[in-house]
Amino acid sequence: MPERPGEVKMKKIYIQEEYCIGCRLCEIYCQVKHSKSKKIIKAYREELIDVLPRVLVEEIGYNSFAIQCRHCADAPCVAACISGAMQKNKNTGVVTCDEDKCVGCWSCIMVCPYGVIRRDLSGKKIASKCDLCVDEEIPVCVKNCPNEALKFIEKDENEKN
Amino acid sequence: MALKLNQSEFIIERDENKCISCQVCVRQCSNDVHEYDSEGDMIYSDSLKCVGCHRCESLCPTGALKIKERKSQFRTNYNWSASHLRDIYRQADSGGVLLTGMGCDKPYTVYWDRILFNASQVTNPSIDPLREPMEIKTFIGRKPDRLEFKSSRSSKNTGVRLKTKMSPQLELSTPIMFSAMSYGSISLNACRSLAAAASQFGTYYNTGEGGMHKDLYEYAKNTIIQVASGRFGVDADYLNKGSAVEIKIGQGAKPGIGGHLPGEKVTKDISNTRMIPEGTDALSPAPHHDIYSIEDLAQLINALKEATDWSKPVGVKVSAVHNIAPIASGIVRAGADFIAIDGLRGGTGAAPQIIRDNVGIPIELAVASVDERLREEGIRHKASIIAGGSIRSSSDAIKAIALGADAVYIATAALIAMGCHLCQKCYTGKCNWGIATQDPYLTKRLNPEIGTRRLLNLLRSWSLEIKEMLGGAGINAIESLKGNREHLRGIGLNDRELEVLGIKHAGEAW
Repeated sequence: MPERPGEVKMKKIYIQEEYCIGCRLCEIYCQVKHSKSKKIIKAYREELIDVLPRVLVEEIGYNSFAIQCRHCADAPCVAACISGAMQKNKNTGVVTCDEDKCVGCWSCIMVCPYGVIRRDLSGKKIASKCDLCVDEEIPVCVKNCPNEALKFIEKDENEKN
Repeated sequence: MALKLNQSEFIIERDENKCISCQVCVRQCSNDVHEYDSEGDMIYSDSLKCVGCHRCESLCPTGALKIKERKSQFRTNYNWSASHLRDIYRQADSGGVLLTGMGCDKPYTVYWDRILFNASQVTNPSIDPLREPMEIKTFIGRKPDRLEFKSSRSSKNTGVRLKTKMSPQLELSTPIMFSAMSYGSISLNACRSLAAAASQFGTYYNTGEGGMHKDLYEYAKNTIIQVASGRFGVDADYLNKGSAVEIKIGQGAKPGIGGHLPGEKVTKDISNTRMIPEGTDALSPAPHHDIYSIEDLAQLINALKEATDWSKPVGVKVSAVHNIAPIASGIVRAGADFIAIDGLRGGTGAAPQIIRDNVGIPIELAVASVDERLREEGIRHKASIIAGGSIRSSSDAIKAIALGADAVYIATAALIAMGCHLCQKCYTGKCNWGIATQDPYLTKRLNPEIGTRRLLNLLRSWSLEIKEMLGGAGINAIESLKGNREHLRGIGLNDRELEVLGIKHAGEAW
C-alpha cells in the first residue's frame, strides 16, 4: 500500500471494542494525567473543573468503546487550523494543539471526523485533545484499562492481530 | 413485603475522604448496589444487595471502597448458626429450594490439609529440577495387561520394537486438566480462555455438557467432549471433534441431581451449540434414561467408541459417593478408559444448597479407596483415575497423585485465576467478573487474552511447584509417584481415616 501523505511509523492507540467494559477508568486517568497536581484525589476534588478527559467512552447498550484522537496521517484539523496551533509532528506523527497559539475558533472541532476534539471552556478558549501522553512510555488510558481493551501498538502489529 | 428479617452479609465501607464520585463502582455492579445522586454528588450503597464479589473494590481507582464480611448480628448459638437463620428467613420469604454456586463450604475435614508430603534426606538423593531432567508428562487411557516386544535382527535395524497395540491415550504435558464447565454455565470468553490455555500448555479442557461452540473448534485437539444426560449438542460430528469423550454421570456438587439452565440464558448462540430452541430451559435429567445398570453403561461406552472409530479414550465422570469403590470397579469393567471422580467440594454453576453441602464424600477418601479397590481386583491399569473436586494448589494435586490418581481436574481454581471471587452467586447469571453469565454487558469483562495468559501462568507455576516437590522427594517422574502412598503421612487423623487413605501417621516409619 502506498504511504499516505504525512504517514509516519508510529505507535497508535487501537480499540478492541468487544472488551471495553464501559468503566470509564480511561477518562478518569486521562483527567488526572492532564491535571495540575496529577494526584487523583486532589485533581478530582480541587482541579476537576479545569480538566476535560481527552478520551471519550461512547456507549450504546452494551456496546462501548473509548476513542481518542486518531492522530490521522492527513489530519483535517491541522489543515483547518487558522492559527497554526494544530500541528502534526513530522517525526513522531503526534498531532498536538499549541494552546498559546490557539484562538478558540474551533474549526478543528467541526472538521474532526471522530469527534474527539472538545471545547475547553475553562481559562483560554482552546481545543482539548489527546496528546498521546508523549512523556509517558504508554498513554495512561491504555496503561490503566483493566481489561486491556486499548492497545498501544504500531499499525502493522495491529493488522497482524 | 416491608418486613425484612434477613441481614446483609457484607459491610460496604466507603472512605469519603478518598471517594471521588467517579462512579466506576456504580457502572460495574450488576446487583445495583451503588447509586449515584447527582444533586449531592454522592454515591449511596445498599449493602443488602451486595454479594461480596469485590468487583467494585478491585476497580476503585482511589481505594476508597472496602467490602467486609459482616459479623452476624443474629442471636445465634452453638446449635443455630447465622447460616441456619439466614437460610430459614430466605426460605420463609420465597418458599423455594435454596440455590447456590461453587463448591461445598461447610467445615468438614479437608484431608489435603491433614496430609504431609515427604522429602529425601541422606539415604537417597533429592533432585534439583532446574538442573536435572524432571518428567511430569503423563498419559490418560487404558494401559495394556502386559507389554510384548519384538526384536528385529535384520542387518539394517537391530532395535527392539513394541508389539502390543496400545489403546488410544491422551498425552498431558502436566497432570492437570480443566474440568467440565459448559458453555452456558460459563461465558464463551471463559470457555475460550480455558481452551486456549489448555492447547498452548499441552493439556486438556472439557466442554461440559453444553456442546462445543464453533469458535472453539481450533482447540479441538485439546478438548475432552462431554456427553451428559441431556445430550445437548451431541451428534457424530461433535463426538469426533475432541480427543476424548467423557460420559457424565454425576457431579461432585450435586450427586444424583440433574441440571437446569434457565431459558433466559439460552441465547441464540447457546441454542445453536446445545441444539435446542432459543429461550427454552435446558434440562439435564438426573439419570441418563438409557443407563440403569453397569451393563447399560457398557453399551453407551461401546456405542461412543464405535461412533469415534475406537480412536479416542472414552471415560466416565462420577461424583464421589459412599460406594464409589465398587461403582468405579463396575465402570472399569464396563470398558471405560478413564474414571473422573468429582469430590464433595467440587463446584457448580447452580445446585440446591442442601445437596451441595450434605451429599457425597471428600475426593481424598474417594481416590484412595478407588485406587485401592482397583489394585486389589487387578484392574487398576485398565483405566486412568482423574481426581477433581477442589484441588486448590499444586500440593493438593501432588497428594492426589500419590493417593492414586493419574491426573487432576481443576475448575474452581481456574475460575479464580480468571478473576472469580467465590461469591457463590453463579446461579444468578449476574457474575460481575464476566465468567458465569451470558449477559453481553458482563461477558465482555473477561478478555480471553488476559484469561488465557493467567491460566497459562497458573498451569506453569503449579507445574514448577510439582517438579520442586517431586525433586525434593528424590523422584524424577510423576509416573513414579502415582499411588506411592509411602510419600504421604497423615497428621491429626484417626486410625480409620488413615486406613481408608492407606497412609501412615506422621512420625511412623518403616
